[in-house]
Amino acid sequence: MSNHTKTTSPTMPGPAVDPRLLQRESGLSGYLNEFVRKVRGGDLGSLPVIIGLIVIWLVFSLNDGKYFAASTAEFIAYYMVGIGLLAVGLVFVLLLGEIDLSVGAVSGLAAAVYAVLSVNEHVDPWLSVLLTLLTGAAIGALHGFIFAKIGVPAFIVTLAGFLAWQGVMLWLLGNSGTINLDDKGLNHFLSGNSYFLGGDISGAYILAVLAVASLLFGGFSEQRRRRSSGVPFKPTSEIVLRAVLLAIGAFGAAYVLNQASGVPNALVLFLALLIVCDFVLRRTSYGRKIFAVGGNIEASRRAGISVPAIRISVYAISGTFAALGGLAIAATTNAAGQAGGDPNNLMMAIAAAVIGGTSLFGGRGRVWSALLGMLVIESINAGLYMLGLTLDIQYMITGGVLLAAVVVDSLSRRTQKSSGRA
Amino acid sequence: MTSAPVLALRGVSKRFGAVQALTDVELEVHAGEVVALVGDNGAGKSTLVKTIAGVHPIDDGQIEWEGRPVHINRPQDAQHLGVATVYQDLALCDNLDVVNNLFLGRELKRRGTLDEVAMEQKARELLDTLSIRIPSVRIPIASLSGGQRQVVAIARSLIGEPKIVILDEPTAALGVEQTAQVLDLVERLRERGLGVILISHNMADVRAVADTVAVLRLGKNNGTFPVQQTTQETIIAAITGATENAVTRRAARTAEAAK
Repeated sequence: MSNHTKTTSPTMPGPAVDPRLLQRESGLSGYLNEFVRKVRGGDLGSLPVIIGLIVIWLVFSLNDGKYFAASTAEFIAYYMVGIGLLAVGLVFVLLLGEIDLSVGAVSGLAAAVYAVLSVNEHVDPWLSVLLTLLTGAAIGALHGFIFAKIGVPAFIVTLAGFLAWQGVMLWLLGNSGTINLDDKGLNHFLSGNSYFLGGDISGAYILAVLAVASLLFGGFSEQRRRRSSGVPFKPTSEIVLRAVLLAIGAFGAAYVLNQASGVPNALVLFLALLIVCDFVLRRTSYGRKIFAVGGNIEASRRAGISVPAIRISVYAISGTFAALGGLAIAATTNAAGQAGGDPNNLMMAIAAAVIGGTSLFGGRGRVWSALLGMLVIESINAGLYMLGLTLDIQYMITGGVLLAAVVVDSLSRRTQKSSGRA
Repeated sequence: MTSAPVLALRGVSKRFGAVQALTDVELEVHAGEVVALVGDNGAGKSTLVKTIAGVHPIDDGQIEWEGRPVHINRPQDAQHLGVATVYQDLALCDNLDVVNNLFLGRELKRRGTLDEVAMEQKARELLDTLSIRIPSVRIPIASLSGGQRQVVAIARSLIGEPKIVILDEPTAALGVEQTAQVLDLVERLRERGLGVILISHNMADVRAVADTVAVLRLGKNNGTFPVQQTTQETIIAAITGATENAVTRRAARTAEAAK
């Protein structure tokens, strides 16, 4: 600070602006400049996902002309929900800079618990759902407790859980190995033939209008409050630009899904939970604490945050989402089977969270990465499914995608460090 | 300083197993006073500060707060009394922005959700009154320089309206201009009527801002000096224990032999 001069005094509080700060120029070009600068600094945001999606869509549609079809979109929109829910829980864990390897096994166990309760024991289907979710939460809390209070590395705790809960699932399913589910309760809601407003063409557009309207309302009401409080606010052009981009995406998706059967209720539930989780992470002090613990444990402790409580609760959240994801995955086949705990699901969920832009190193990420990442992964799955590729190729490609996502994350972190942003 | 001290330590002792870290230490801090705590490595400065901050509860002696005896057993106890500590390793979350770091653990809320607008407004006011210059209150701590992080950490300690601020080596890793900024900030804390405990190895810094110098040596008080009327040599002698060295021992022996 060789050019430090006192331009402000306590009696005249004015905005003290550092002359070296790059101010965003107004207008669209300023927006573009800032974007380029962020990317150069390693803050990639959603860029890898969008590039990835375009590449994937291009490759598959060149291979198979039928890839660009409403039925493919419907396939992706429906099948991304189950593993996407696992990924939402993982985003919470990844924000702490930890990992939960048990989500796949817990999801399989949850499906088995639900099947045993609702089919074998004839418990009310919604009560069974509640008990299943509580089981998931309890399992997650147990992992969190062993990690946070006893100090066993989370990697090992959840690896042990991965094996153990898989065993419990097999034991619960018994000799038959599969329990067919009744088409009622949440299972019906999540099954492939339940659509928002019964698949009526207005349903998709109502959702799209709601999304755009709430973005505009939220953006402008915040702008008004910020302006009246005298703190910097987003320019109207930026809010409108965001709304336009969202509108293109939302109405485009609504149009395409309406070409098929409409918006699956499973997707509506997924989107609603994403909004709730996003709100919790960004607007509540609980969410702020998760980011703080993921950023600097010692700083969080000194700020009076109970680090063990945050850790245990986050693992409980992860367990709950794993259970819900397990129910959604079971609903796709309408049965709880031995394949429920497929370790592939775990890898896909981790890959989805990381591809979507949530860092493996903690403290950076959004729940929306679960949605974006699953779009990528299900786009690949849909393509492979249409090409009729066998399991060996599928595994190789999944492995490759996961590695690519982690490489992008590690490289962007290195760039962020070298440009002073990490 | 005629008023009663805000914080007073009376005969404080602390043991770690076989190590007697502090023995009968006395310390007084008044409102609007900067007390420099100096001493050689291992003299007990950090331990003393940690007893005040509630990290290490004391074994013997008494801590008085505004004249009343109090017990500080946990960091929260110290925070409730109004002791804020800025440790050497700053403890900021690199991934959060300046506003979020300032209010971490004390977020302002509006209808149950975080009130980002009010927090940003208050953060700007605070940074302005302290004449702290940073590029923006909405950039991550990771993008700030070492000196900027130090002033953010100090500003952060003021959010809870403390009466005593403890600064552990605030200028240790800073350049000339940044050190000057931090020292300016210490003076502004004093102008606000806060008691400041400043740990430093740098005599120039101590003489620049401190009112009183308390010297620790081997876990014991080794003199408390008003800065204005004391020479640097006297303070350094107290730190190093130069009053008890080969020269003084020989002088004592010859005096004995002469009898």
